[in-house]
Amino acid sequence: MAGLLAGAVALYFTLVGMVQAFSKRAVVASLSLGHITLLLAAGTVLYVFALRDRTSGPGRLLQTAFAGGLGGLLLGLYPYLGQWVDFHYMFVRTSPELYALLRFGLSPTAGLVLMVVAGAALGALLAALTLPGRFWRNAIIEASLVTITVGMLSDLFKGMTIGGIFTPFLNAEGLNYIGAVLVFGLTIAYVVFARRRREQRAALEASGEAPKTPAQPDTRRWMVAGVLVIVLLALPAVLGSYLSHVLNMVGLYVIMGLGLNIVVGYAGLLDLGYVAFFALGAYTMGLLTSTGPLGIAHFTFWEALPFSIVVALIAGILLGIPVLRMRGDYLAIVTLGFGEIIRILALSNWLKPFIGGAQGILLIKKPPFGPWTLTTPIHFYYLILAGIGVAFFVAYRLRESRLGRAWMAMREDEDVAEAMGIDLVTTKLTAFAFGASFSGLSGAIFASYVGSIFPHSFNLLISINVLSLIIVGGVGSLPGVVVGSLALVGLPELLREFAEYRMLMYGLALIAMMLLKPEGFWPEPIRKRELRVEESGD
Amino acid sequence: MAMLELHDVHSFYGNIEALKGISLTVEQGEIVTLIGANGAGKTTTLRTITGLIKPRQGTVVLEGEDLTKFRPHEIVYKGVSMVPEGRGIFARLTVAENLDLGAYIRNDKEGIKADLERVYALFPRLKERRNQVAGTLSGGEQQMLAIGRALMARPRLLLLDEPSMGLAPVLVELIFDTIVDINKQGTTVLLVEQNALMALSIAHRGYVLRTGEIALADTAENLRTNEMVQKTYLGME
Repeated sequence: MAGLLAGAVALYFTLVGMVQAFSKRAVVASLSLGHITLLLAAGTVLYVFALRDRTSGPGRLLQTAFAGGLGGLLLGLYPYLGQWVDFHYMFVRTSPELYALLRFGLSPTAGLVLMVVAGAALGALLAALTLPGRFWRNAIIEASLVTITVGMLSDLFKGMTIGGIFTPFLNAEGLNYIGAVLVFGLTIAYVVFARRRREQRAALEASGEAPKTPAQPDTRRWMVAGVLVIVLLALPAVLGSYLSHVLNMVGLYVIMGLGLNIVVGYAGLLDLGYVAFFALGAYTMGLLTSTGPLGIAHFTFWEALPFSIVVALIAGILLGIPVLRMRGDYLAIVTLGFGEIIRILALSNWLKPFIGGAQGILLIKKPPFGPWTLTTPIHFYYLILAGIGVAFFVAYRLRESRLGRAWMAMREDEDVAEAMGIDLVTTKLTAFAFGASFSGLSGAIFASYVGSIFPHSFNLLISINVLSLIIVGGVGSLPGVVVGSLALVGLPELLREFAEYRMLMYGLALIAMMLLKPEGFWPEPIRKRELRVEESGD
Repeated sequence: MAMLELHDVHSFYGNIEALKGISLTVEQGEIVTLIGANGAGKTTTLRTITGLIKPRQGTVVLEGEDLTKFRPHEIVYKGVSMVPEGRGIFARLTVAENLDLGAYIRNDKEGIKADLERVYALFPRLKERRNQVAGTLSGGEQQMLAIGRALMARPRLLLLDEPSMGLAPVLVELIFDTIVDINKQGTTVLLVEQNALMALSIAHRGYVLRTGEIALADTAENLRTNEMVQKTYLGME
């Protein structure tokens, strides 16, 4: 059963064309991302099967190997039968290249045999993996995943200005064997080291001694912060132009994420039209600074920036008023509609004389900075970094404030919050206003960064992205927003092959997230505790 | 002048008349209880006092001021605090944060600190668990938290909605003892209960509600010995 399932999953990924699309990127030595996708898809199923298997070592090994072989057979039959049957009729992604890929470049028969053997070997390997203790098992899995990730991202290292030092470990594409072994080994070493430290600390606490806290935690914290700042400032110089651009996109999403986090994470108001404020910020910046025919004021970036933020803020309040009495699903639907209204207005012929319709606004001025002008991605990196700094600070202070408390109380229970003396009207409207103004800031920088804006840049997908990244990072958590943005905006930006399958990947990532780490990658400490306590059935 | 006076209050849920002309008074320093079966209108009465429901007719007067023209959060500022039915704690916030929110309407830092200590003295369990997420407390502890949080507003009138619901008898005793303590320290209490026996044992006066109307009003002692009350609400034959 498991074998067939594994084969079917792998076959599915093949037939939707992912394997072939991914096969162009080599990850480790000659193993391509396509192969890795197959391995991961089938491997996950087999691994779960092996974990559930209750038989002893050799029995489990045999069973999983058999299942793997069966899966390999299923997958292998597809290119094998392809000799006589025209699958293209049914599966439009079928192509000679795909066949070659699945036959490992061998003859149909040899390919089939090899696929079965490979499946069985994979099964046996994964079953063997389940035999040692949980710790080593997880260490090996983690190290493999890290190796694959590094392999996929290895292009990056070449793009860096100091990329030269990595050349001994890289192929034309992807890691070579030395690099792969190195990454794998380092990860294992790190995991082991981390465990030992944890054990030491636990032992200290158990023995009743005071846990070993650094003499001056404050000094240490400042040092960490200092190092972080230096790294952040030096980053674009190391990364080069393209990677800085990727980071800029991530950064714009971080600002939006911090804003939506106020609305969704703090105040518990599900807003699906968040892109509207981003668009308003961008269009305000465009209209006020464009040197093209649509420009109305010829402001500089800095003069227009407050307007962008204020326009978004007012729009936030205007959206807030009609939805004051709505909760949950209803609120989500109304805000969704609001986001679309703004986009369609931007696209409409009615407003075309003012904001350009589908042609958008061109020739948006770059921000001046002293005697210079910010033009390159690296310049903008610092502008966006400053924006994140401000947004982070405001979001952090808000959370600790009386208003932040009121938001959280409202999120928990509106009636009881009111019984505490919290004015729901102003509390809700301020949440919308703050959230919207962050988005307006992000939009304003975006407009100036790309230089021209079009309605189609502001579709629903952005709202969904921002919401997803908050969930992945951990709802309500500030560092979580950064982690979520890197994972959901940075990675797809780097892995262009995924573009077509982005939504599929999103869905998979969100489902996996909810199952494995419902509190997010970097949750608020309290939330994490609560979820874990619930799980242990306390 | 009475502290709280309801006069001929009619409240509706949609078209259903839940309160059909309730009149009652609570004097300064009293414990007054509202008893009655499910659906008699006990909770509706409290929700009307706190402004969550606007009465269609009648007045709710607190110390000479008509409350019906204020919004719920404004009524808290008048000195009325409620312990909601089913406790209504903020489950995902910590105990300390819950208590802090109870003092939301106040600005006197020193006073809040003193009251926090007072609440912790009343309920030492809350102090032990002050950094714990409120949703992980036991039922009794949640009730303590809800009462403590209401006290943090330093109310002059405390409204309690079914504080004994779902609690073990030992805990019910503890909660009721605390209510008496709170009252002795000067807070007027309006207590809604299904557990009529317990309620009448600590209250000064009581009202019996039946389908949205006051069926009986008397001192707690007289109600305890009243034949009808004994039969219907105290389960005595």
